[in-house]
Amino acid sequence: MAGRRVVWAVALALVAAVAAAGCGGGGSSAATPDSLREKGKLVVATKFDQPLFGQRNPSTGAIEGFDVEIAKIIARKLFGNDITGKIEFVETPSKIRETAIENGRVDLVVATYTINDTRKEQVAFAGPYYVAGQDIMVRKDENDIKSVTDLNGRKVCSVQGSTSIDNVREQAPRADLSTSFDLYSLCAEALGDKRVDAVTTDNTILVGLIQQSGGAYKLVGKTFTTEPYGIGMKKDANDLRTFVNDTLEEAYANGEWKRAFESTVGKAGIPTPTPPPVDRY
Amino acid sequence: MSVVLDNLDVYLRGLLVTVELTLLSYAIAFAIGAVVAAFRVSPVPPLRALGTVYVGLVRNTPLAVLFILFFFGFPKLGLTYSPFLSALVVLSVYTGAFMTETIRAGINTVAGGQADAARAVGLTSVQTMGLVVLPQALRSVVPPLGNLFIALAKNTSIASLISVAELVHRSDQLVTDTAQPLAVLAGVAVAYLILTLPSGLLFGALERRVAVRR
Repeated sequence: MAGRRVVWAVALALVAAVAAAGCGGGGSSAATPDSLREKGKLVVATKFDQPLFGQRNPSTGAIEGFDVEIAKIIARKLFGNDITGKIEFVETPSKIRETAIENGRVDLVVATYTINDTRKEQVAFAGPYYVAGQDIMVRKDENDIKSVTDLNGRKVCSVQGSTSIDNVREQAPRADLSTSFDLYSLCAEALGDKRVDAVTTDNTILVGLIQQSGGAYKLVGKTFTTEPYGIGMKKDANDLRTFVNDTLEEAYANGEWKRAFESTVGKAGIPTPTPPPVDRY
Repeated sequence: MSVVLDNLDVYLRGLLVTVELTLLSYAIAFAIGAVVAAFRVSPVPPLRALGTVYVGLVRNTPLAVLFILFFFGFPKLGLTYSPFLSALVVLSVYTGAFMTETIRAGINTVAGGQADAARAVGLTSVQTMGLVVLPQALRSVVPPLGNLFIALAKNTSIASLISVAELVHRSDQLVTDTAQPLAVLAGVAVAYLILTLPSGLLFGALERRVAVRR
């Protein structure tokens, strides 16, 4: 029976190790602008499936969008105008953004990343560089949903693990939020199948889905939250945060930010807003 | 760890759905497996072919693909099932293919004379299979049946893809609300162990109880 006891001890040790890994922070020390220049490379977490913000171009393989342009502005400020080979994009779905920062896999997260207080406990945010708002997408023939309160009693889809679900729960407590997938495109599919009556998330994302639907869906057009998109980094990366904030303000002033917006999100018909003031909290 | 302790109710509700899904689909898969295994060893060629095609198609398709095809494909044919029912169907059919092969392996360990003798005393072919061959066949495949149970318990996590509110699906929302993915997922791992470790022990006990003594 001694052999069996050893097996159990090993099993318990493994469980303990997993649990400890779950608790601990760790990873390497925070990057600074100088350490990044020394490394000669900026590693940026972004989405590869987010129309207008970070999406892989199927024909060229390049990642394109507003988030990508913002990351490139920062890279140019770091390394000068030629950033060929000096910026690397890593595909990062929403739920692993904090982990990617904490374990040092990426230097910055520019991935439609809403700044909020819970996240501020885990990571530091520069920006915001854009303020989106949550809106509602419905089928073209739907006329009864005109604002968020009309979602009470209706089936609403959003991506699992998104703040969008919590927002609807607060503002339309009787909405049925049991349907959620890991991709917005599957929510759009469920809307087409009439499994749900509405899809809700940031307006910027919905605009991309409506473009892809070929006119089957429409936007309600009444935002009910403000979603300030920030640039995430290690919590103690104070130098890098100041540097990114300075870079953003410079890009606001010299028109780079406006050009980045117009060449990406603006193409979907969203008018260029006034850039949001950076929050040096 | 406080993230896990503060949200024990979320984990419990998720675990409950995971357990329901596991037990129900295991029972259905077992029934499918017993019937199709009998098809696969039957002397009737169309039944054998049916069994072979089913196992070949289902066993060689990724479970995630089956989920998406069933859940988003069938509504296009006018058949819309709830997420839970869809998951139950897909998991049962998928696990049923593996169950078929496991039970067939057990049937192959039963000496041919057993079936001959059963037919000789006048049992029908269904009685021969159900009363003589299967009971002996199952005794020798308890360990792989236990493997299938544990694999199924973990496979239920893929139902989170189609919005079934089981452990993984609920943990996704917890990750957003707490921004602590590693702690939340470590809790998920422990929750699965709570289900799978005792079931391993149960199958071990069952194995010792029904072992063929030679």
